[in-house]
Amino acid sequence: MIETRLGDFEEVILLIAGILDDEAYALKITEEFKRQTGREVSIGAVHSTLDRLEQKGFVKSALGEATAIRGGKRKRIFTITALGKRVLKDAMDFKMSLWKQYPLLAGKLNFSF
Amino acid sequence: MRRQPDIPPRLATWLLHRFLRDDLAEDVGGDLEERFYTLRENTSRLRAQTDYWYQVLFYIRPFAIRKRSRQPQLYRAMYKNYFTTSLRAMKKNKLHAAINIAGLSVGMTVAIIIGLWIKDELSYEKHFDNYSSIGRVLQNVTNNGHVDTWWSVPWPLADELRKKYGDNFTHVVLATDAENAVVTYEDKHLSQSGIFAEPDFGALFTLPMVQGGHDALQDASSVLISQSLARTYFADGDPIGKIITINTTMTVHVAGVYKDIPEQSEFNNVHFIAPWQLLYNESGWIKNMHDPWRPNAFSLYVGLAANRSFDAVSLMIKDAKLKNLSTELAKKKPALFIHPMSRWHLYSRFKDGFQVGGLITYVWLFAIIGVFVVLMACMNFMNLSTARSEKRAKEVGIRKAIGSYRSQLIQQFFSESLVTVLLSFTLALLLVQLSLPAFNLVAGKQAALPWSDITLWLYAIGLCVVIGLLAGSYPALYLSSITARHALKGGFRASKGSSWSRKVMVVVQFTVSVTMIIGTAVVFRQIQHAKNRPIGYETDGLVAVQTNSSELHKHIDAVRNELQQARFIVDVAEAGSPTTESWSSTSAIKWDGKDPDLSVDFSNVGVSANYGKTIGWEIAQGRDFNRDILSDSNAFIVNETAANYMGFTTPVGEVVYWYDQPIKIVGVIKDIVSNSPFEPVKPTFYFIDPNAGGFALFRISPDQPAQQALGAIERVYKKYNPEKPFTFRFVDEAYAQKFGNEERMGKLAGIFTSLAIFISCLGIFGLSSFIAEQRTKEIGIRKVHGATVFQVWRMVSTDFVVLVVVACCIAMPVAYWLASQWVTRYTYHTNVSWFIPVFAALTILLITLVTVSWHTVQAAKTNPVKSLRTE
Repeated sequence: MIETRLGDFEEVILLIAGILDDEAYALKITEEFKRQTGREVSIGAVHSTLDRLEQKGFVKSALGEATAIRGGKRKRIFTITALGKRVLKDAMDFKMSLWKQYPLLAGKLNFSF
Repeated sequence: MRRQPDIPPRLATWLLHRFLRDDLAEDVGGDLEERFYTLRENTSRLRAQTDYWYQVLFYIRPFAIRKRSRQPQLYRAMYKNYFTTSLRAMKKNKLHAAINIAGLSVGMTVAIIIGLWIKDELSYEKHFDNYSSIGRVLQNVTNNGHVDTWWSVPWPLADELRKKYGDNFTHVVLATDAENAVVTYEDKHLSQSGIFAEPDFGALFTLPMVQGGHDALQDASSVLISQSLARTYFADGDPIGKIITINTTMTVHVAGVYKDIPEQSEFNNVHFIAPWQLLYNESGWIKNMHDPWRPNAFSLYVGLAANRSFDAVSLMIKDAKLKNLSTELAKKKPALFIHPMSRWHLYSRFKDGFQVGGLITYVWLFAIIGVFVVLMACMNFMNLSTARSEKRAKEVGIRKAIGSYRSQLIQQFFSESLVTVLLSFTLALLLVQLSLPAFNLVAGKQAALPWSDITLWLYAIGLCVVIGLLAGSYPALYLSSITARHALKGGFRASKGSSWSRKVMVVVQFTVSVTMIIGTAVVFRQIQHAKNRPIGYETDGLVAVQTNSSELHKHIDAVRNELQQARFIVDVAEAGSPTTESWSSTSAIKWDGKDPDLSVDFSNVGVSANYGKTIGWEIAQGRDFNRDILSDSNAFIVNETAANYMGFTTPVGEVVYWYDQPIKIVGVIKDIVSNSPFEPVKPTFYFIDPNAGGFALFRISPDQPAQQALGAIERVYKKYNPEKPFTFRFVDEAYAQKFGNEERMGKLAGIFTSLAIFISCLGIFGLSSFIAEQRTKEIGIRKVHGATVFQVWRMVSTDFVVLVVVACCIAMPVAYWLASQWVTRYTYHTNVSWFIPVFAALTILLITLVTVSWHTVQAAKTNPVKSLRTE
């Protein structure tokens, strides 16, 4: 059976990959993660997550363009699959439903996302 | 200088591609490179390179690592096969395997234990943070052209160094040597050892404090105590601020508690550190010294300032003492130098003013023994392998015939030896664990296997592999080279060279064994020689009791009467030092006709009038002290060495001057050995000291059990000293302890020697079994032709005996020379007689014959019908 549950870190990486769109390769995702969260992670850590996401079928990857600064080596671009999008949506819906069941906080917090 | 190109670290890139999955190589390589160059634009090269390394190392994750190819699984099966064949080969040749494993494991046990011992010896003083820049100030003094090295210095030297040479040192700290003192808290009185030191002591040695600070000693009424002392006196209570008394007169408050100083240190028995100022204030003798530069009674420790070397500073302070001396004292020309802390323990012997080793000699000696013992075990392994090679050759032939590569055979033989070595190593660990308690007892150590020290294990495993490769090299490299045709035809014979190398190895083994036997025998002879030395008095039944106060002295007659009437003791005398040591010496001695240039150093002992009678010294000339002759309070009894030294023909009646006061010699006694039994006796004089205290010497009645008499003595002692601890020593035990170091080394050498012999014997045992087997047919034919059992036995044994005789011929002169060198370390030493090497050679020959006979006699006794029918 393919693992379909989405971990917290995986969810963030998946979202960032979505945001970056056709610039979504391991290095850029790592940098964006740092920019968005302020947390430093190694490229290897991000790449290993992307690899896992690919095995679960949430993203697919293909070699893209090469630039001079990369020594002429091509990038591996990760794109979210339809399954990936659905899983993201499910994750959000699940959390929303949890929030709704928690009226005391929900009223005060004024969802800002 | 050529600038290095600004590219990612090559080593890291190489590493990355070593482990990275091939399909990831391009994009990951690109990502990391991009990251590097982007970073490089904004930050330093080092930052960018460090980051690159960081990224590479963090790519070592299961997903990114190249999957192993199919091949290794095949290898795994092969290794498994090697392993099984190794075990099978061992099972098939149980004797052979047992000899190998027994020899190797014993050899490794010896090596591990020696390694632990050396590790312990090398660790001395190393746990002090600044040990490499700390030193002790020693002095070389010249006595009549002969240079002695003294470890103590006069106390004003500390200030002198601070004032005039201060910029060379971070600290200069004066201290006393560790001595026992009675430490009292409320009603607890115990004898504890400690020192008096200047305030910087804690800072210089960076004492790890549990409570309080180093600098507490600035206050002359404070004291630092060790954690264990704190526990003894205050249990779990807070020690800080508690008032304790040292030697009943010095009252101090506890200002700090330091962690116990480890076993591996000069200071390991220092349990309290009291202020030097306190000692100075309280004990009149320092304050009222006739000439404070005269008595050398204190230790001086210094910490070197940055960028100073011991040699340079030693040279600078060389004359610091000499400049302050009176012309009379200056005759000794004291030259100061600094002995570095890292060398205190292992390099403590000085001869003629030069460092001549010390314990380091033993460290080297045992290291060499360890290496030899392991080598000998390896030799057994190789010998037996080559001996069996003819049998194994057939196996090689068959393996090759069914398609084995040479490389596979090499691997097989190596794995066989590695399996043997690893089995032996495991067994050795077990043996070490079992024998360590006994070893620690003999060696006076607390060594333990460092189970948690990973680097050490890596070394050990690495060494095992090396031994395995070494021991397995012959069969692996040579046997694997035989062609199948050659081997299967059956005509294979191990080459001439191999039988030669076998002989050489046996000779080496026995040379080492014989050398070790001779060495050990000489050590024991030397100890026995010194033990047989006449010591000049009767030690049996003599008990030295530390008086610790003047109370006992005041009531000494009452004590004597009480114990004599109950028939517990024969007599009791008093003296300033126990008979087994002499603590006091003086250079202020003159006599008529003394060469003015002669500088002298006389031991002196203040005693009570009945001292001689009590300890049983032998009067050579004149008479003993007599308490009824009043003038005896101003008389000397000298020992024979002193009488000879002063050159008197009839010493009795001569007058000598002590601090210019004339004193008459009334008697001469036979020399008493009071310091090292290996050194000559010093010129000594005895005088009646009305305040003689410090030690009471009880002569127990021979018809009384010692324990009962001791109990009675303690009761009387407690009557006068209710709050003092009763500390006593049997003089004969104290004297025996002077041999402790030598006896310890002798015992260790003895143990290692027997193990070396054991290993050598295992070797020839294995070889003889092989020879007997190989020559079965020859022996059968000889017997058919009428050879007797004795003739056959002689024929086979001769081969081995010849080798052992050759070994003896090499070992005897070498060992004789080494042993002769060793004994001259001791002034009072035995001569290495020819008897010892001959005895060693005969012993080893006998052992060899017995070992070899086990198999040869069996072979010789076999019925030829049976032996000729084999195959």
